Amino acid sequence: MYNISEVAFYGLSTLAIFSALMVVFSRNPVHSVLYLVVCFFAISGHFLLLNAQFLFVVNIIVYAGAIMVLFLFTIMMLNLNRESEPHKNIILKLAAVVSGCLLLLVLVAALKGAETTTAMPIDAIKDPNIGLVKNLGKELFTRFVLPFEISSILFIAAMVGTVMLGKKKLT
Amino acid sequence: MNSINEIIRTIPLNYYIFLSAVLFCIGVMGVLLRRNIIIIFMCVELMLNAVNLLFTAFSAYSSDPAGQVFVFFVMVVAAAEIAVGLAILVMIYRNLKTIDIDQLSRLKW
Repeated sequence: MYNISEVAFYGLSTLAIFSALMVVFSRNPVHSVLYLVVCFFAISGHFLLLNAQFLFVVNIIVYAGAIMVLFLFTIMMLNLNRESEPHKNIILKLAAVVSGCLLLLVLVAALKGAETTTAMPIDAIKDPNIGLVKNLGKELFTRFVLPFEISSILFIAAMVGTVMLGKKKLT
Repeated sequence: MNSINEIIRTIPLNYYIFLSAVLFCIGVMGVLLRRNIIIIFMCVELMLNAVNLLFTAFSAYSSDPAGQVFVFFVMVVAAAEIAVGLAILVMIYRNLKTIDIDQLSRLKW
């Protein structure tokens, strides 16, 4: 007998893994972008299950909204489609799949014995509301105020760099 | 507010670790498998999101908000990286008329 949260967890996990695989294996770059949006929505659903409501909203707005639209605009500008898609030969593809599966094997084997459940007993969950905007904002502007300000400088630098790279030579 | 406790009671943290590992390995596989630079960028985003999910899971299970703040900073850096990366990609396409990553082997010694 499964309860609702287990069903949500397994459903979202299946959706995320399936759409991530389709990102890698679909031939058309536009389809890859759309499957990646589906994958990000599934991960956002996981954030909601973990009661991280701020990250849920930010993930949808920033990733599924802004970054994916940027990808779609670039694909549209470069006029990519199935015919212009470069292909590797079959040996390299096989080697890539095998090495990816080997990495997964190593990670799972290394993490299988991790005793996370005993390290964090249920009684240790003091405050389930840490993911709300109020608490995260308080944390962000007290303990993490210096990295927050530095990230704004990073954004300025990225913006200037993008404009410099993107503009045509005027001469 | 019992929903978070219900998830934590029913789903062990190990499941989130395995889900993140699977998503991360799919991203690595995509970087190795594809030659289109845009798809490689997307796979990098996929890897970053797998790590974000694991950060959030650990943060919620140990009820420490620092993990979720760190996810916010990862998103900031990812957005900046993608903006600069796509600008470089447009410049590459303008000069070489291709987005095949194997054409960019001139930095190889």
